[in-house]
Amino acid sequence: MKFVDEFQDSAGVDHYLNIIRETISKPWRIMEICGGQTHSIRKYGIDQLLPKEIQLLHGPGCPVCVTPQEVIDQAVAIAQQENVIVCSYGDMLRVPGSGLSLLDCKARGAEVRVIYSPVEAVKIAQAESDKQVVFFAIGFETTAPGNAAAIKMARDKNLENFSALVCQVTVPAAIDLLMSQPDNLIDGFLAAGHVCTVMGYHQYHRLANSYHIPIVITGFEPVDLLAGIAACVEQLESGRYEVDNAYKRFVSEAGNKAAQELLAEVFTIQDQNWRGIGGIEKSGLGLNPKYAEFDAKSRFATVLDQALEKSRSIPLNNAEACQSGLVLQGKIKPNECPLFAKKCNPENPCGATMVSSEGACAAYYHYGVGAEKVASSA
Amino acid sequence: MCLAMPAKITSINVTDESDAENSAQTHTARIDYGGLTKSVDLSFVPEAEIGQYVLVHAGFAISVLDEAEAQASISAFSQWQDEKEV
Repeated sequence: MKFVDEFQDSAGVDHYLNIIRETISKPWRIMEICGGQTHSIRKYGIDQLLPKEIQLLHGPGCPVCVTPQEVIDQAVAIAQQENVIVCSYGDMLRVPGSGLSLLDCKARGAEVRVIYSPVEAVKIAQAESDKQVVFFAIGFETTAPGNAAAIKMARDKNLENFSALVCQVTVPAAIDLLMSQPDNLIDGFLAAGHVCTVMGYHQYHRLANSYHIPIVITGFEPVDLLAGIAACVEQLESGRYEVDNAYKRFVSEAGNKAAQELLAEVFTIQDQNWRGIGGIEKSGLGLNPKYAEFDAKSRFATVLDQALEKSRSIPLNNAEACQSGLVLQGKIKPNECPLFAKKCNPENPCGATMVSSEGACAAYYHYGVGAEKVASSA
Repeated sequence: MCLAMPAKITSINVTDESDAENSAQTHTARIDYGGLTKSVDLSFVPEAEIGQYVLVHAGFAISVLDEAEAQASISAFSQWQDEKEV
């Protein structure tokens, strides 16, 4: 496909590998924030091609992985109600809650529908006006504008049977949290290219300056990833810490204004819990109070209170041994977890990083572990 | 989750869904992913034109490809390859 194949071409791979090899003189640890990039890196073996001095750390940019267990429990509790249809992105279905997953509910007869676009949830609500339709609105800044559009569409159409269970997160707040931990291992960041198509990258200058860390906006194809890594290594070797854009064909400094305006209309910035990490200040996009009537948490308040009580009484499944929280922060590699590929695998995942195809654990499981460097060495 | 693919716009359709109480315009396009066609929402890139490539995520176009930048990136490494082969 045009504008895809060119960025998978070996000429580009060789070009940037050559730049990296010529530039590098000492070890560096670079974190790719986005789970989609982790997936590409493992799929194409990018980390195996790089000089041994470079270690890639895998970041928390997988919305499926960071959606808290209690929110999954809320979705499950809603799905178990009579005359309710829960619409969800496919990746969320297998994520374990404290009891059931959405897929378990579906197998037991609940109406859980997989949607590709959030607009489908609105159409289902129009077609099934005798049922409550609940859209499970998860995602980072890439997905949030579409979620916002669906919620606004439901309001414009006066759909009284539509609501949204919203759990959305943002990248810059996560970078702040990671960098403020004294034991972080990160020398540079590859920022998530598709998040930046929406948000631009003006908000990353503050992060680069305050933490003295290079941040390179990076795409998803093999050549894009290597171009991002090359730009990051060039900065690290010359002692610079700037925001650089290695994904210019889709990303501008300002981002997508129309999408940002809709985000500001429908959502509001709030504190947010991240599974495996904990609370991060101002890292979430919740419903703006003027859209409160579409909040599934209020509409199903009684059901959710009961579910919360129940989930608190159940000990977390494998919680002590599962180390997905450390994996999400780049502190260990998936294969350093004692459960990896033993008790925990995609068929029987202990943590969300093994469920989502973009979770680091699943990426390591699917594409092989290989001769791994461990996060704490190098 | 943030997976998005570039696709070429083959047609654009603006529909007026106004009724007595609401006025809503939908702005959609047919796109071509190397043979596969699909409908996408163009609300976030109203400036997009037929023949342009857009980045599509979960049924929404979120960015219009800057072809000059794409060609500049491609020629950066193609040139290097050409020089190496000479």
